Amino acid sequence: MPTSIPRQELMEPGHTACAGCGAALAMRFVLKAMGPKTLVSIPASCWAVIPGNYPTTVLDVPLIYTPFAATGASISGLREGMDAQGKEEYNVVGFAGDGGTADIGLQSLSAAMERGHNVFYIMYDNEAYMNTGIQRSSSTPYGAWTTTTPVGKDRDYKREKKKVVADLMMAQGVPYVATASIAFPEDLVKKITVAKSIFGPKFIQILSPCPPGWYYNSADTVEVSKLAVESRIFPLYEFREGKFSLFKPSKVVPVSDYLKKQGRFAHLNDDEIKTIQEAVDERWNSLLKKEGE
Amino acid sequence: MISVHEKSKIMTGDEAAAYGAKLSKVKVVSAYPITPQTVIVEKIADMISNNEMDAKFIEVESEHSAMASIMASELTGVRSFTASSSQGILYMHEMLHWVAGLRLPALMSVVNRAIGPPWNIWADQSDTINQRDTGWMQIYCESNQEALDSIIFGYKIAENRNVLLPLMNMLDAFTLSHTSEPVTLRDEEISADYLGDLKLEFSVNTDRPMGYGSLVAPEGPFMEMKKDMRDSMYGARDVIKNETKKFNETFNATLPGLVENFMMEDADYALITMGAMSSTAKYTVRKLRREGKKVGLIRLFFYRPFPDEEILQAVRDLKGVGIVERSVSFGQMGALYEDVASSLFGRIDVPAKDYVVGIGGRDIRVEDYEKMFEGLLKENNGIEWVNTGGR
Amino acid sequence: MVLAPVANVPSANIKTSSWRDSKPVIDYDKCTRCGICWKFCPDVAIDLVASQDLHAPNERFAKLEAPVINYDHCKGCGICATECPFDAIEMVREEAIE
Repeated sequence: MPTSIPRQELMEPGHTACAGCGAALAMRFVLKAMGPKTLVSIPASCWAVIPGNYPTTVLDVPLIYTPFAATGASISGLREGMDAQGKEEYNVVGFAGDGGTADIGLQSLSAAMERGHNVFYIMYDNEAYMNTGIQRSSSTPYGAWTTTTPVGKDRDYKREKKKVVADLMMAQGVPYVATASIAFPEDLVKKITVAKSIFGPKFIQILSPCPPGWYYNSADTVEVSKLAVESRIFPLYEFREGKFSLFKPSKVVPVSDYLKKQGRFAHLNDDEIKTIQEAVDERWNSLLKKEGE
Repeated sequence: MISVHEKSKIMTGDEAAAYGAKLSKVKVVSAYPITPQTVIVEKIADMISNNEMDAKFIEVESEHSAMASIMASELTGVRSFTASSSQGILYMHEMLHWVAGLRLPALMSVVNRAIGPPWNIWADQSDTINQRDTGWMQIYCESNQEALDSIIFGYKIAENRNVLLPLMNMLDAFTLSHTSEPVTLRDEEISADYLGDLKLEFSVNTDRPMGYGSLVAPEGPFMEMKKDMRDSMYGARDVIKNETKKFNETFNATLPGLVENFMMEDADYALITMGAMSSTAKYTVRKLRREGKKVGLIRLFFYRPFPDEEILQAVRDLKGVGIVERSVSFGQMGALYEDVASSLFGRIDVPAKDYVVGIGGRDIRVEDYEKMFEGLLKENNGIEWVNTGGR
Repeated sequence: MVLAPVANVPSANIKTSSWRDSKPVIDYDKCTRCGICWKFCPDVAIDLVASQDLHAPNERFAKLEAPVINYDHCKGCGICATECPFDAIEMVREEAIE
């Protein structure tokens, strides 16, 4: 029976991700697009723990675990080591969370992209340090509760804007940059397939909702991910060899639809939600402008 | 004496290290510059771009990334090399543990330089002494010849299937790294033949996908894995002794094995040293011998694994021994003193004194060594910082 | 040989069924075999199986591969029930374990 995404599974059941984990879906889709000749490098993150305890392994491709900051360097070494043996056709993929990408791993990511290795860097973005218990990262959106930006009496939710690493990658001139959402696996698979045809560094940021960290019913992971795109708070775009294109959802919803589905935003009043809507609209307009250039 | 049949060249220690990497046919080099290691990296880049060396060169953006990328390329099954010094070694400390824990036989040349603050770029072994717990084997070179030889030899030991631990070889900043000496360039074919290709049984393989470095629970074999590292490093002693004979025969070389005993046969007093300072120490021993004094020198070539048996045998009949260390460890006696003392404890009782020398590149002179030997006669215990004060 | 931290046992042996408090039950009379549930399962716990034995809305659908829940690995997240466009999946409370 034809399926809309590749049929072959390269991930086994029996992993220890939370029920409804967006990051588990992200890995599953990425591997389907990559195929079996793939090496995956994973830093400290949820995915370092999801495969469970030794001697169990969850992926049907080699999985290299590294310390937190090392993903960019690790994929560089994997690439050069494989190439030194004439194994250029193997995909080398870094698969890191937002913590390991936007914060502690930013240096090695930027350098690996700048050096131009033929590698993939996939950032699965669950918008906080989820593995260590929901602490904020620079990728946490404005307004979110986290354990280090708790609401409390002073309403100390995250006041800083989300730092979008994909934007930084575009600014650096990485040959292929895209954002994706686990609600649209066909789009994600297509983006990876297109990127595979480009020789050089490729960066994809995948919004991966987290039931415990975002505080919503695990059954709604795909819905929340869809609302993020439809409300335009997480625009899907593609930057391919200098050309920028923005996906315009046919159905557009107010950002409050997205925020109201998640407990991490439950403390926000109408004024604060209005602020968020304005910021969403502003960013959307600037991305439209960028596309026009 | 240099044999007229071998090719010898005047070169600095940094250049010698670069040739060592070349002769070991490393396939991936990844390094970040830091004085005084820079020439190693520059020389390698030169040789690669002149097609004298066939290796991939990754110009990384930090030492942590240098070690992380070497870790990854070793995992794919290719012999990999890096070099660093001082602050860079400290920056990559986490990755040193990672490489050793994954049982990867990588090799790194380290130019021993002081740790800041304050800034100081001169010779001091604190940077690598600080890494003695990481599971890396350690060689301290006395000469530029050893700087070259210890790389080829180092890979042989590290890649032994019962060892599989990484190794770092040390050169003192400027004294070796930037000082020229005649060095015999080992024959390329003989070196390639001696080492062979790296054969890592558990390298990445998409036909047998595995997880490298995954979570291990307390009741899983975490403790056993660490004990296995300890056992492998301990067992490396015998590998080192056997391989030293083979290396010296193959290359007509003079590697000392774990330890070099210099004029120790009937010595009453001796000093223990590591690294380039040993040359001045030997000069002083010869001078004092001419004056009729029965003194000797024990030079550690390997610091990890620590040659406890060799030290024990060398010092057992001495009236006193001075442990000369070019590193600082706060809160107790020096690191080398502790290692020596633990080798002797409960087995023999020899008066031992700890001498801290040459920190931050302070010169260690013949007169300093003479004073150290005299010191053994007077007060043969405690710790003394040599040639300090009045600045 | 050394004891290196290299994991090589496939995880399919690990059952995660005890994680759930409700399980998805497919009503095959409504199931059009669209495959959306299979697509969105984070635990790879739904297989597409050729089966003429399962119910189907009509003969045409019966010929297609049907989704079958692997209850050894289903964590009961409920994504399949939410995403099914035909309301063919119901989350049924598990019985309490005595």
